[in-house]
Amino acid sequence: MKKRPIIAVFVFAAFLIPSIFTACGFAPDSESGVIGWLFSTVSQLSSGIWLSLALFMFTLIFSMPLGLLVCFCRRSRFKVVEMLAKFYISVMRGTPLMLQLLVVYFAPYYVFKIPLSTDYNFYAAIIGFSINYAAYFAEIYRSGIEAVPKGQYEAADVLGYSKSQTFRKIVFPQMVRHILPPVTNEIITLVKDTSLAFAIAFVEMFTMAKQIAASESNIMPLFVAGFFYYIFNLVVAFVMGKIEKKMNYYRE
Amino acid sequence: MNLLEIKNIKKTFDDLEVLKDISISVEEGEVVSVLGPSGSGKSTLLRCATLLETMDGGTLKYCGETVCEDVDGKSVYVSKTEIKKIKNYFGLVFQNFNLFPHYTVYKNITDAPIHIQKKDKKEVEKGVLPLLEMMGIADKADYYPCMLSGGQQQRVAIARALAMNPKMLFFDEPTSALDPELTSEILRVLRSLAEMKVTMVIVTHEIEFARNVSDRVIFMDEGYIVEQGKPEDVIDNPSNERVKAFLNKVKKA
Ligand SMILES: Nc1ncnc2c1ncn2[C@@H]1O[C@H](COP(=O)(O)OP(=O)(O)O)[C@@H](O)[C@H]1O
Ligand SMILES: [Mg+2]
Repeated sequence: MKKRPIIAVFVFAAFLIPSIFTACGFAPDSESGVIGWLFSTVSQLSSGIWLSLALFMFTLIFSMPLGLLVCFCRRSRFKVVEMLAKFYISVMRGTPLMLQLLVVYFAPYYVFKIPLSTDYNFYAAIIGFSINYAAYFAEIYRSGIEAVPKGQYEAADVLGYSKSQTFRKIVFPQMVRHILPPVTNEIITLVKDTSLAFAIAFVEMFTMAKQIAASESNIMPLFVAGFFYYIFNLVVAFVMGKIEKKMNYYRE
Repeated sequence: MNLLEIKNIKKTFDDLEVLKDISISVEEGEVVSVLGPSGSGKSTLLRCATLLETMDGGTLKYCGETVCEDVDGKSVYVSKTEIKKIKNYFGLVFQNFNLFPHYTVYKNITDAPIHIQKKDKKEVEKGVLPLLEMMGIADKADYYPCMLSGGQQQRVAIARALAMNPKMLFFDEPTSALDPELTSEILRVLRSLAEMKVTMVIVTHEIEFARNVSDRVIFMDEGYIVEQGKPEDVIDNPSNERVKAFLNKVKKA
């Protein structure tokens, strides 16, 4: 039980090696046999794996800070700002992510008549995912901030901390601790959600697996893709578990 | 000169008039106990004095420096920069400690003096150990609050307030979250602070303590001060019926 995540890291690495090979220009012969087949499937999937990974990373990098901004707006004392943030969150959470991706992808052309470059779908995917996940993160942050007792603000106030100092030094660290479990959930969902990017012709791993499966009339490539998602999420769970443990140096 | 001067304070929450017309002044070195039934506005008074709440009407001054002035029955506060300076004049100790759980005892005590008051780091650090020794928790500097008993946490909170070098301290029921044994721990600390002539305003239900330690006792009821004076007079020979009834109830309990 305890060793499982470490094994997962190894398996993950082992699977990535062929894709790294292909990325570096090696093209292994697809010999017959299970290993050879696996090798060739993984190499065929490899560009998709890297795209999925890139989409995942960029989405996290952009959506987490953006979520904080949305959260601040949501908590703003200016009613208009608060209403806008509320509306944004409800739309992002209340409509399908796939629809949002399509809007981000097609709106520049159909609404604003901006000619699209062929690789715009990569950016559209990152933008679409980021603004969607920012809404979820904003609500998670909000719950984390609201879990910090009022007495913490009051103690800081009497000691002379300004509003921003109170947030930075007192509230934020405690918020981070509160939100780790729901953030882990969200990240795991994101790993799987990256497959939705197929809707805007973004050929990530899952789309690629489907294509291979269709051309070979074989369901196994889908399993290989599924396996990747699973392993990747084990890694996510492992890393987040480590961080949670690290934050456990105090109790409330 | 009076350290603290409150005149005709009024405070209303929604429709509830909590403080009706209270005036208090506290001199340097004085220990004032505030008694009164729950809901009488004691906490609200302390929260107005420590600027956690803004008062609706009345004036508030520390060391002769105005925090807010009554203009046509409304309190008008001075600028933020002036308030920031005046906040250094007092400290507040809460009923439930409100230590920062993610900071060690040491950091709880030193963070504000170093990073907010911008005092010399070495000077502040030199002062920590004597403070902790005075509080009887010299060995706990590297502990997190969750590792301490309630009494120890409250002593850290008192040390944290003292480290700011305030001119006076407010306590809002500092022992109400503690069991009797830990209560006497904290009362001992308060007594020693009183002997060191630390100016204090203490909201408490510990009648014996109030009688023995304070220079003056204030009894509040329904947003008014109904009686105040020397502890012997207020506690042993109260003239007000409400005070008599309250003291009888507390003494029996
Ligand atoms: N922030 C607030 N909003 C509304 N009512 C409040 C608030 N704070 C205190 N009160 C009310 O004011 C009254 C006095 O409260 P408090 O000052 O805490 O009394 P005490 O400390 O003497 O028990 C109570 O009825 C309480 O419910
Ligand atoms: Mg109270």
